[in-house]
Amino acid sequence: MKLDAKIPDGPVEDLWSIHKKTLKLVNPANKRKFKVIIVGAGLAGASAAATLGEMGYQVECFCFQDSPRRAHSIAAQGGINAAKNYPGDGDSIHRLFYDTVKGGDFRSREANVHRLAEVSNEIIDHCVAQGVPFAREYGGLLANRSFGGAQVSRTFYARGQTGQQLLIGAYQALSRQIGAGTVTMHTRTEMLDVVIQDNAACGIVTRNLVSGQIESHNADAVVLATGGYSNVFYLSTNAVGCNVTAAYRAFKKGAGFANPCYTQIHPTCIPVSGDHQSKLTLMSESLRNDGRVWVPTATDDTRAAGDIPEDERDYYLERKYPSFGNLAPRDIASRSAKEVCDEGRGVGATGLGVYLDFRDAIKRLGKDAISARYGNLFEMYQRITAENPYEVPMRIYPAPHYTMGGLWVDYNLMSTVNGLFVIGEANFSDHGANRLGASALMQGLADGYFVLPQTISNYFGQMGAAPDRTEINAECFIEAENNCRDSIQQLLNIKGTRTPDSFHRELGRIMWEYCGMTRSEEGLTKAIEKIPELRHEFWHNVNVTGNGQNLNMALEKAGRVADFLEFGELMCRDAFARRESAGGHFRAEYQTSEGEALRNDQDFCHSAVWEYVADGEIPTRHQEELKFETVELATRSYK
Amino acid sequence: MSDYNIHVWRQSAPDEPGYVERHRVTDISDDMSFLEMLDVLNETLQTNGKEPIAFDHDCREGICGACSLVINGQAHGPETTTTCQLHMRSIQGSDIYIEPWRASAFPVIKDCVVDRSSFDRIIQAGGFVSVNTGNAPDANANAIPQVDAETAFDAAACIGCGACVAACKNASAMLFVSAKVSHLANLPQGQAERRQRVTSMIEVMDEEGFGSCTNYGECEAACPKVISTDNIGVLNREFLRSKIGSTT
Repeated sequence: MKLDAKIPDGPVEDLWSIHKKTLKLVNPANKRKFKVIIVGAGLAGASAAATLGEMGYQVECFCFQDSPRRAHSIAAQGGINAAKNYPGDGDSIHRLFYDTVKGGDFRSREANVHRLAEVSNEIIDHCVAQGVPFAREYGGLLANRSFGGAQVSRTFYARGQTGQQLLIGAYQALSRQIGAGTVTMHTRTEMLDVVIQDNAACGIVTRNLVSGQIESHNADAVVLATGGYSNVFYLSTNAVGCNVTAAYRAFKKGAGFANPCYTQIHPTCIPVSGDHQSKLTLMSESLRNDGRVWVPTATDDTRAAGDIPEDERDYYLERKYPSFGNLAPRDIASRSAKEVCDEGRGVGATGLGVYLDFRDAIKRLGKDAISARYGNLFEMYQRITAENPYEVPMRIYPAPHYTMGGLWVDYNLMSTVNGLFVIGEANFSDHGANRLGASALMQGLADGYFVLPQTISNYFGQMGAAPDRTEINAECFIEAENNCRDSIQQLLNIKGTRTPDSFHRELGRIMWEYCGMTRSEEGLTKAIEKIPELRHEFWHNVNVTGNGQNLNMALEKAGRVADFLEFGELMCRDAFARRESAGGHFRAEYQTSEGEALRNDQDFCHSAVWEYVADGEIPTRHQEELKFETVELATRSYK
Repeated sequence: MSDYNIHVWRQSAPDEPGYVERHRVTDISDDMSFLEMLDVLNETLQTNGKEPIAFDHDCREGICGACSLVINGQAHGPETTTTCQLHMRSIQGSDIYIEPWRASAFPVIKDCVVDRSSFDRIIQAGGFVSVNTGNAPDANANAIPQVDAETAFDAAACIGCGACVAACKNASAMLFVSAKVSHLANLPQGQAERRQRVTSMIEVMDEEGFGSCTNYGECEAACPKVISTDNIGVLNREFLRSKIGSTT
């Protein structure tokens, strides 16, 4: 597998401008001859589909939901970063770039991150022009707030519903193109395979989730915008339908998968309350602007929060990280919460929880001010827990939230398969080993609105005036379709005794225990034994009811769980091979005397890229070396 | 822990007749969400070799708008929230009736899953600002009074779930359409296409077979995001203005 990142030569701040000057263009009359498939209609997919449609390409866009307005980007609460420096607090493109590289614990590509910081400002301009109702000051100008890992206020927000408003903006832009006929939208349609001819992606095979039809779609390039894989843990903040299927099947067709072990465990989620739980709910990081995180100083303290006097409370983030305090980055805040709970100082019935307390902020600013900032989050918390956070502190605990790993892409966002592009959370490029808050929306929209449309045109530009498109009756499509039909039939034929969900739950428990917040050689070894056993049982004992000819949610679930059962093992292998701690990847063997992550830049200053070999064989691990020429490689400190 | 009798709508395909099926669920904790209770029932059905009840759901945090059940006669059940954010502690009594949204513009696909693509087609007709990527001026070039931005936001908070239609005896989509019209009419960015937008969206709304508004206000009562019927007033005004005025 050849890993050429195709980063142009030059100083980091000029790379994107240099690159744009050399990219090939497609003239307006020829654009309509090129066809592009986009899988996924979240922030990355919808923004890319809309923009490519505006440019004049023929676009086919697919999503498994009943409408592109429902993709899980919609659930992002807190905000989106940009280097506008409207508050005048010393922000700049360089500082956003620097914070993001450092926040990622020096495991991302400088060139990509700098580009992200550069286009961040254009995103805000564009979204405002679309009518996204960002928060404003009384004077009518845009408001900002702070997020973890930064000492400036650069986060734009729309109440606690920033993801919703940005996605609706992209959805409306996409709808405009659907109305104009440049984009054809396929809803309730799931991608089952990428089709490759002459070493280039030429289309996909899908299942129409309503009719059960297996169908082929050809194009001159395929873009995956299919999100992350946190649902490998079963319980996560992701929507129930989020899955790794598209990305994993692309991996099996030759796309390298980078850093699958880099997962983000978000520090502020509502704790698990029982075995029945189907998902975990995030409480936005923005709450840490005003909420203070604490646990009792003593272990096994069962008093109500209000009965614990001030000098018997441990505001551990403020104590350990005085300069960032409650706004320490996510990986650090999560690990610290686990640490205090492991010490027996956790709160709530399960002991797996810490307080996020607004008492002081309410005293200082008044209940109305807090309600204006976080009203909808407080309401959601109360609805779920039946506790009033204006009166008692919230209880929170970390939960799987985002995955920094993903399909490897070069600077053009193209995977190791020609013509197969990957954007948004589905790729690996910008967040390194830890993503800072309010950076996911930024990356999804940067890729979709501003980066991919340029680089995909360059790919088409190399094809001449018109593409030579593979027809859907070609051998490669027929073979891929048949494989998809066979594996569906195989699932339906097993008729065992366990539901797909029960396997998913069991896999989730293995992943959380051995490949969650803390990993060790011993634990990962166990997981690498247990997962294939569970997979074997799945293929002999799953019970998929119904048939393949209509809407069958059990069958959809079974297909996704089957992929998670393979992918989980890949994650553990990656975590096993990375013998260092970096960002969200914390190996118990590699920590400082103070319990902080201990990187090993000598041996692991690289992205690990896995290449599929064959079923049942261990994938091959390749390396893309990372160079830090602008931001000095240093131990990350938030003290 | 409580036990419930579940009476749920089953329908194998759009053209097949539907019927109400009865099930018993036991040991349901008050802290469970309504959909988690259905998960338990579906696990039992599948373990017994029966097909699970199909229902739409995704984010399970009240924002994607996928979930859509009429529970004991009320769209999204007794609380002002989405079905996924409804918890069993809010359910009174031990009989629960579960049905899909009922509207000819939302045909049933299977069991409690309906086709809401008519909403998408209404947005495609004009629910947007025509600005291509890369055309925008600086975001702070225009100051927008905070109150206008907030009013626009109140309307923009719509999640497109369709509860307004399900709750309306006429299956009218006026609250949904008005929310988008009002969102964009309240902002300077929406002015250029203001007249065309409302005309086109209303036209498609009528074509899709939604009923008329008779001002009962059930839509607002059922809306999980509390979108106000004031927006319907705005919609009517915008529509009138587009017909009789000569300028925006």
